[in-house]
Amino acid sequence: MPGVSNAMSLITAQNLTIRLEGRTILHDVDFTINESEIVTVVGPNGSGKSTFMRALVGALTPARGTVTRRAGLRIGYVPQTLHIDQTLPLTVSRFLSLPTRRNGREINAALTETGLPPEIAVQQVSALSGGQFQRVLLARALLGDPHLLVLDEPTKGLDQPGVAAFYLLVEEVRRRLGCAVLMVSHDLHVVMSASDRVICINGHICCEGAPVVVSKAPEYRAMFGQGTRGALALYQHDHDHSHGAGP
Amino acid sequence: MIFDAFFFSALVAGIGIALAAGPLGCFVVWRRMAYFGDATAHAAILGVALALAFDSAVSVGVIVSATGMALAVFLLTGRGLAVDTLLGVAAHSALAFGVLALVLTGERGINLEAYLFGDILNVSMQDIGLIWAGAMLIGGLLVWRWSSLLTATVSDDLARAEGIQPARERLILMLAVALLVAMSIEVVGALLVTALLVIPAATARSLARTPEGMAKLSAILAVTATSLGLIAAFALDVPAGPAIVATSATGFAITTLMGAFKRTHLG
Repeated sequence: MPGVSNAMSLITAQNLTIRLEGRTILHDVDFTINESEIVTVVGPNGSGKSTFMRALVGALTPARGTVTRRAGLRIGYVPQTLHIDQTLPLTVSRFLSLPTRRNGREINAALTETGLPPEIAVQQVSALSGGQFQRVLLARALLGDPHLLVLDEPTKGLDQPGVAAFYLLVEEVRRRLGCAVLMVSHDLHVVMSASDRVICINGHICCEGAPVVVSKAPEYRAMFGQGTRGALALYQHDHDHSHGAGP
Repeated sequence: MIFDAFFFSALVAGIGIALAAGPLGCFVVWRRMAYFGDATAHAAILGVALALAFDSAVSVGVIVSATGMALAVFLLTGRGLAVDTLLGVAAHSALAFGVLALVLTGERGINLEAYLFGDILNVSMQDIGLIWAGAMLIGGLLVWRWSSLLTATVSDDLARAEGIQPARERLILMLAVALLVAMSIEVVGALLVTALLVIPAATARSLARTPEGMAKLSAILAVTATSLGLIAAFALDVPAGPAIVATSATGFAITTLMGAFKRTHLG
């Protein structure tokens, strides 16, 4: 399946190799993400996860190989938590209008969609809590009516309940809007319960496939926290190091 | 005596500079480019010396050297040295070589102080034309690219995901600062021109709720400080640069104290 483009595929990468400042960060990656799919990328620090994401959205040019995006593909991007400089006065509604101007109705809808009260629109971004700000970042990504949400470690700096609530929201949004989701995550229990497919990256794709789901019950999904067994399963998966991307 | 032709020339020139410096200064504050402003200003002194040595117009020498400094810093950033170290080397080297060159070329008529602290008696009709052309170029650039510049200022990653190239926006801002410095050096002087960028913007920060509000307010504050400063400079017969910057700084002190007072007494 990987590397084979089809009508459902939003982004397809073939033999993707990325070099930055003379170093090869990623090599020979074949990857496809389809409509409505949730794919999670895991891997150690410095393994090339963020580079992979940036190459897929077109922010980096491949040294070799190709990245094909479906014509007219709209991507909503949620970065790792941003630091907004204290010297920059910025209301939530102004932030949501960057760089494309949005009207009040659109902004209200996006805030409601992400579980934020409409009054928050007039607040300064710097006054928000970490969890609120991540929701604002998600709201901003949704304003472009994306086919694909790209989330790069979107819960960095949130506490455990905050992380669980955020991913629950992502899943909910995905169900409602039907968009695909591609995310980098360290939260293995979330990976195990919420993803359709997991990609392990360490300079190349080490392994990929459906996560080992302990239980598919909605109760399990809602609880997230009981993912230890799932996480262990993933680690074992990691250690056997089967090069799944090979022929 | 105050309202003579010199004063009006200086005022028209000063207002042109302030209108551009106010909004551009906001980006200097948001992106922490103040030290970069100093580097280009010091390079401008070198430009004055080069212009005199090669017998060309001072404005040409100044714009070439300030732009050259901007390009050099842009190209060298991120290649090993921390940005403030790089700027420290570049800024002070340019100033040292500039002052040495000015003295060694032995131009008897040259008044070094005029280029360091500004001299409004220097302002000719041609200067006014150049200043307003420069101000309109900077203003047009900011209006045209506002959304991209702001997005790139908030986050490189966010900008890239929107198809904006952060490096290009950074270069545009650096060149705009170089241009502003080059056109202001005769009125405000090389040592104080950064203050004209930073102080009105810093004053506007505590009073604004949006980036656009801060930019407009910063322009108003810069025009007010420049006008009052020039009046003071003429009335007291002191250099224009220090008079403008001192006026601006007084405004900053007043709003800061008022802000502190409000916070302690009203919540």
